[in-house]
Amino acid sequence: MVEHVVTIKNRAGIHARPAALIVQTASKYKSKILLRKDSDTINAKSIMGVLTLGAGYNVVIAISAEGEDEAAAVEAIETLFNNKFEED
Amino acid sequence: MADKKFTGLDLLDIDLKEHNALNLRCIGGRKGLTREIQSQDLNRPGLALSGFYDSFAYQRLQIFGRGENAYLRKLREENKTSTLAKMFTYQIPCCIFTHNLTPDKNFFDLAEKSGCAILQTDLPTTEFSARLMRVLSNIFAPMVTMHGVLVEVFGMGILLLGDSGVGKSETALELIERGHRLIADDVVEIRCMNGNFLMGAGSNKIIGHHMEIRGLGIINITHLFGVGAIRDKKQIQMVVKMEEWDSNKVYDRIGTDDKTMDILGVQVTMLEIPVKPGRNVPIIIETAAMNERLKKMGYYSAREFNQNVLKWLESENARSLYFGQDDTI
Repeated sequence: MVEHVVTIKNRAGIHARPAALIVQTASKYKSKILLRKDSDTINAKSIMGVLTLGAGYNVVIAISAEGEDEAAAVEAIETLFNNKFEED
Repeated sequence: MADKKFTGLDLLDIDLKEHNALNLRCIGGRKGLTREIQSQDLNRPGLALSGFYDSFAYQRLQIFGRGENAYLRKLREENKTSTLAKMFTYQIPCCIFTHNLTPDKNFFDLAEKSGCAILQTDLPTTEFSARLMRVLSNIFAPMVTMHGVLVEVFGMGILLLGDSGVGKSETALELIERGHRLIADDVVEIRCMNGNFLMGAGSNKIIGHHMEIRGLGIINITHLFGVGAIRDKKQIQMVVKMEEWDSNKVYDRIGTDDKTMDILGVQVTMLEIPVKPGRNVPIIIETAAMNERLKKMGYYSAREFNQNVLKWLESENARSLYFGQDDTI
């Protein structure tokens, strides 16, 4: 299992468009990918799940993946966060 | 309950209806509202007020009824405030006065100083205690979040599970279209109540009752299908596991054995339904729901059928013996 911790850097937080980006990216990988905020853990391949996290600006999220392509999956999603979901 | 802290503020914030309402308001020690409530038990601090502090359950919510209030008044008249001051040296989550009773200024000052909130309710003590215990046992109930869809079909709470893209949401949509109800899509919070049944609900009221359908995007079920198509929470009575059809796997063909799934220590009936194009899963789930209700009434289709088969074989056997049609015997 691979786990990386990221901070949300775009002002608006994870709203519909970033959530869709995360889900699209996650769905490309076979691994089971999870996002965790505090005690809530959700499946990164589910749009409603990602939105329900209610992750705003400066919130810390842990991305974890388990499976054959776990490292690449976490890397790809981390890049999305670091690029501020191509916003701002 | 999740690892999130439950504080006095959350207690004031809980939205309870009619016969469950706690009618609480904060009358003092506002700063103390952020103090965490760690125990779901209540305590009447009578013994503590009289000066007996051995095994004082300070971590519980302290309930002051008419008796305690009268004793507080007596203490004040006799100027014996030291025991009260001692009580506030403990980390009390909060004090609650019933019957709309209000303590004196000294009590307020002590509470304020120790950072303990004072709440008040208009309910009588016994009724309030019963309600509060009910509420707290729900809040402190063990909880798990599952990725699935919770629907109510013919009054049965059914949790649809399966991998992403297997068609859970589409199946739920078809069920809603057929007059059944949606409780939660994608993220289902499951609480184990009383240690013997499971209550499922959506995790967020604001964005609840929405669904994501591939190709359509996010849709609002309440607006599209009306308020009759949704429910806030429902007991989970059956789990339906949807999976891609695997020709190597043996699926149940008779239905005499009940499979169960363990969620938070509760055994729930589980069905494994293989999905492939051309199979109408919603109708299978509707039928499963009705069949499950029949079982609850004591009628097992599969077992009854098998009994009939056995009876028929028996009578055929007897007949062939009688008429001697069978040369082998």
